[in-house]
Amino acid sequence: MGIISRGFSGRRRAHDPDLPPGQYLTEDFPVLSAGPTPRIPPDEWEFAITTETGQVHRWDWPTFLALPSENVTVDLHCVTRWSKLGTSWEGVSLDTLVEDVETAADFALVHSYGGYTTNLPVEDLLDGKAWVAYRYDGDDLAPAHGGPARLLVPHLYLWKSAKWVRGITLSDVDEPGFWESAGYHNYGDPWREQRYWGE
Amino acid sequence: MSVDPLSFLDGNAAAGELRELFAVDLTAAVGQCAGCGHVAVIAEARLYVHAPGLVARCAGCDGVLFRLVKAPGRTWLDLRGLAYLQIATPDEADRPPTA
Amino acid sequence: MSWRVATVVALRDQTATARTIVLDVVGWPGHDAGQHVDVRLTAPDGYSAVRSYSIASAADGQRIELAVEQLPDGEVSPYLAHDLVAGDLLEIRGPVGGWFVWRPEQTEPVQLVAGGSGVVPLLAMARSHAAVGSRAPIRLLYSVRDAGSVLYGSELDTLSRRDGGLEVTYAYTRVAPAGSLRPPGRVDVSLLAEATWPPVDEPTCYVCGPTAFVEVVADLLTAAGHDPGRVRTERFGPSGGIR
Repeated sequence: MGIISRGFSGRRRAHDPDLPPGQYLTEDFPVLSAGPTPRIPPDEWEFAITTETGQVHRWDWPTFLALPSENVTVDLHCVTRWSKLGTSWEGVSLDTLVEDVETAADFALVHSYGGYTTNLPVEDLLDGKAWVAYRYDGDDLAPAHGGPARLLVPHLYLWKSAKWVRGITLSDVDEPGFWESAGYHNYGDPWREQRYWGE
Repeated sequence: MSVDPLSFLDGNAAAGELRELFAVDLTAAVGQCAGCGHVAVIAEARLYVHAPGLVARCAGCDGVLFRLVKAPGRTWLDLRGLAYLQIATPDEADRPPTA
Repeated sequence: MSWRVATVVALRDQTATARTIVLDVVGWPGHDAGQHVDVRLTAPDGYSAVRSYSIASAADGQRIELAVEQLPDGEVSPYLAHDLVAGDLLEIRGPVGGWFVWRPEQTEPVQLVAGGSGVVPLLAMARSHAAVGSRAPIRLLYSVRDAGSVLYGSELDTLSRRDGGLEVTYAYTRVAPAGSLRPPGRVDVSLLAEATWPPVDEPTCYVCGPTAFVEVVADLLTAAGHDPGRVRTERFGPSGGIR
């Protein structure tokens, strides 16, 4: 640790015993991104689930919006240590999206417009744990926060909730995504503080 | 390619982090993008700093050149997006007196 | 390269929101004009924040000078621009950055183009140029919102009085002072043609400021005919520093 800077405290950071270890509460919604913000017009947007046998299930924007959606309130935990509680989203549950998808695959690789990827076990996408969200806090999801639609998997660190989601590839092989291949933990459970490799 | 005006800096902003890992200043090194072949100094790469790590992208194609992630006691540097780095290594007699 | 402890020896207000910080750094190895330092602040609970600031001064023994603009929503800048007092200690890492530098052995014309606080590393270049008595022709085009936003106005004035010294042109983007020959406006092709060395002179151009400013100016310079290899850029974040 460096020398203490007299009188410096940084942004007000509330430590709350109900937060995962090492996290602090924030009231704003920081925008983090590994690259330029993609701009995808609705008539060009597509979401696809590709199974391990090569079967592709596709939705365009109107078809996607016609699916039954859910309103959920969830807590967000970013690996950069901020947490934002009680955020409201509207989206389509992954359970709805995989209803007609035949698969025995264990692993998923999530792809975003712009090239970002993240990986997670298929079971972490199911049973009410994940959504493709297109509305945040009562408004259309802004591009800076991942609009038109992003993955939302709140039980894992927020880097798994891929912004600008365009598809999920199901596989028998676990392939590390953008951050998982550069030092970040392959699974990323905030409650076990799984931030980096080997933790 | 549209520019998100506030979203990126350049390789100069990675100078300090890189200098902790390498004995020379890498921002003046010339690198080739493994994606599109564009050749440029690292100082001119587009650097995204509001992220869980530093991400340097090619100013030609926006492909990732390198990623730098810092954890307590460890730093990861993924260089797969760079085909090569050309670094000036002057002969001892010619070395300029700079840090 | 590790962190050094620097002592604040002097503070000087520059504008309503910016001030100069003069540091004494034991063992400072010297620096090139254009280089920067990383500054690290650590809170009692161990939380730390790092920001980069260009060195405003030419090499001068153990002394270095930084300039900090206070951002309304900043985390580090309010502390540096407001709370810091003489005698306080700061951790710094540097000097770093070997590309965006001007060295005295360069004899070709120098064209500096600054957007707002981007003037800081360019000032170091102009000061270094004067300190070594360089005969390289040198110009600065300095884009600011209004006269009250000018950093280092008196230093730039002094440098311009020197025989063969810096020629400064101010470009006001919001409010131009009374008597200005140009109405307020952003740097454009005609201003560059008027106030900067032409491509045929083969100057080395240094452009520094917010990313949007640098992108526009660098494109204008290359479109005007400057060899892209002679246009060096440094982008500042909204913090007014390199982050």
